[in-house]
Amino acid sequence: MKIFVCVKQVPGVSEIKIDPKTNTLVREGVESVINPNDRNAIELALTLKEKHGAEVLVLSMGPPQAEEILRESIAMGADKGFLLTDRAFAGADTLATSYTLSLAIKKILKESDPEEKYLVICGAQAIDGDTGQVPPELAEELGIPQIAYVLSIELNEDKIVAERKFRAVEIVVIETKLPALISVLNDINKPRYPSMAGILKAHDNSKITYYNAQDLNADEAKIGLNGSSTEVWKIFAPERKGNRVILRGTLEEIVQQLCQNLKDDKIL
Amino acid sequence: MSILIDDELCTGCGSCVNNCPYSAIELVNNKAKILPSCNLCGACVEPCPVEAITLKRGAQKAAKVDFSQFKGVWVITEHYKNIIHNVAFQLLGKGRELSDILGVDLTFVILGANFDNELDEISKYGMDKIIYVKSPILKHYYSDLYVKVLSELIIENKPEIILIGATPTGRDFAPRIAKKLNAGLTADCTGLAINPETMNLLQTRPTFGGNIMATIRNPNSRPQMATVRPGIFKEPQKVEKKVSVKKIDYAFEEKDSVSKIIKVINTSKTHVNLEDAKIIVAGGRGVGSKEKFKLIEELADVLGAELGGSRITVELNWLDPDRQIGQTGVTVSPKLYIACGISGAVQHIVGMENSDVIVAINKDPDAPIFHIAHYGIVGDLHEILPILIEEIKTINLNKE
Ligand SMILES: Cc1cc2nc3c(=O)[nH]c(=O)nc-3n(C[C@H](O)[C@H](O)[C@H](O)COP(=O)(O)OP(=O)(O)OC[C@H]3O[C@@H](n4cnc5c(N)ncnc54)[C@H](O)[C@@H]3O)c2cc1C
Ligand SMILES: Nc1ncnc2c1ncn2[C@@H]1O[C@H](COP(=O)(O)O)[C@@H](O)[C@H]1O
Repeated sequence: MKIFVCVKQVPGVSEIKIDPKTNTLVREGVESVINPNDRNAIELALTLKEKHGAEVLVLSMGPPQAEEILRESIAMGADKGFLLTDRAFAGADTLATSYTLSLAIKKILKESDPEEKYLVICGAQAIDGDTGQVPPELAEELGIPQIAYVLSIELNEDKIVAERKFRAVEIVVIETKLPALISVLNDINKPRYPSMAGILKAHDNSKITYYNAQDLNADEAKIGLNGSSTEVWKIFAPERKGNRVILRGTLEEIVQQLCQNLKDDKIL
Repeated sequence: MSILIDDELCTGCGSCVNNCPYSAIELVNNKAKILPSCNLCGACVEPCPVEAITLKRGAQKAAKVDFSQFKGVWVITEHYKNIIHNVAFQLLGKGRELSDILGVDLTFVILGANFDNELDEISKYGMDKIIYVKSPILKHYYSDLYVKVLSELIIENKPEIILIGATPTGRDFAPRIAKKLNAGLTADCTGLAINPETMNLLQTRPTFGGNIMATIRNPNSRPQMATVRPGIFKEPQKVEKKVSVKKIDYAFEEKDSVSKIIKVINTSKTHVNLEDAKIIVAGGRGVGSKEKFKLIEELADVLGAELGGSRITVELNWLDPDRQIGQTGVTVSPKLYIACGISGAVQHIVGMENSDVIVAINKDPDAPIFHIAHYGIVGDLHEILPILIEEIKTINLNKE
């Protein structure tokens, strides 16, 4: 069995924000990391491999420096990394990203054993774009079923049974057959740290394969900016609506003022 | 396909550098220069005061769709236990506004099993048409059946705008449909408007964990699809009007789906309804302990409010998971939100900033929660709450 894990390099998001005065991005000390949910995806792939035996293949589409996160995935225990990198992939929205990822998966399957069963694991969402759309779109492109927002999974031969979060407090248990795609939430497991042996393995250049648009035989109209239907028109700082009245005085006075204000606002 | 900077026009002002989320623009000899890490997102184009930046698409761009064929606004709903998700009604309010601007019909789409008797009540939410796809199996949500039925309906009817709740279910089927139709889909929107010049849909959404807002458009594809965060738009006033209902029967069986639903588990210990609550009292790490949460509960009690909290309080087991508010919890928009001992991390704020009135009680005058609070109290919640509780009890007594 092959397990494909899709990982994305993202800016460490808690630091990135817009300065409301100048309306520009503040990026102090922002470094790129593996998207948090994708670590859970790798961890799940490794646990399934330990239990059932599988080859864990990690894919990322991104600029050349995304290689770092593939090496980190290998250090955690993944078998191989695939970097889909080409200027022509830039500007991709979720439609173009999922198309490109699907080409790589199809190519890898075709060049090994097309009949081999496989599972694709994605993070439920990435913290930069935060769309969670790549996984279902990738499943559609591959023509396989998907289970999104997975909290736990059992694998039995070619059957998977997964618990999926579907409402605030309800979980639905779904069964489907491989090949399939799942996207996982961070509650599913606790990602492991890279091992010493893993870190050494990650330096082995033969473990990483690079694909450009030509290698994937990609349709130019479906990749990068050309293949994207959505367009970012502008970005801006979130508007904070608070009017920042800080209530002052003794505790009693503060409480009085608050209640009076809430009465004036017709709430109390 | 490329991004071009016109060196003649560029004044080296640096607006583009500051607006690039990927740190991919540099000033070299006082001219902007694009670095290889550029993601072609286009965020630099608008901010350039001299219009020196252009984002060019190649001639390869898929054949343009004939926009004039696409008409109408659709809202697609999900339901559980035969109850329509609130977000669908909220979307009907917004959808009415958009369809009035465009001068087109608003259609409500339900895939279900037992809505025949509900249709009269549902039709009071201001739509012009209802499409009701009926099949016993659609009592439950099946990803592939939704995708199949809805894609067919959309191809046949060609709506120009499709709005779907950004719930785990909506965000499961919407992307697959978008892929099938090669339509642009904007996730988790918090703002929707029509551009008066182009009549295109402008979709605003938080990105980078809520630190940045982005407005997205789909200028070259139809339909324009968006999932929209629950709790953002208000439900419309009910109206009496004639609504045309189109019922379509489907003879699906369980074996028509590649997936099988085994069971639904309810993880809540109590009945919690934060989404509909008028008042919410929420506690954070500053409350201090599970025992001290009693004080927060007491305030909630006298106010007739629901109890909520930040993620850390759930992690520390002070509060049940279904009471978590924020990015990974529920999004709420009550009339009054009282945040006690909550710092105001963005992940929490995105879940409650649409509340009508926000009161923050925090020891730290620099806590970010004060940036969004309408009334801030800098102080120890353990001293303030007992007095507030007594005062509200008095107000309650006077009302009786
Ligand atoms: C991917 C991701 C998703 C997340 N999703 C969510 C989410 O859905 N919901 C959520 O809430 N968080 C979420 N978080 C976590 C979030 O970033 C914060 O860690 C969390 O909200 C902090 O909770 P807090 O404000 O209660 O605690 P803290 O940040 O520790 O703040 C406690 C505050 O209490 C004040 N205080 C202390 N003692 C007192 C006192 N006696 N009286 C008054 N004030 C006092 C302090 O000054 C401080 O400001 C998420 C994080 C990530 C990375
Ligand atoms: N460029 C990419 N390369 C590899 N995987 C990706 C990429 N973009 C998104 N993904 C996968 O899709 C998930 C959801 O991403 P998103 O749809 O961007 O929120 C991520 O957690 C990844 O597993």
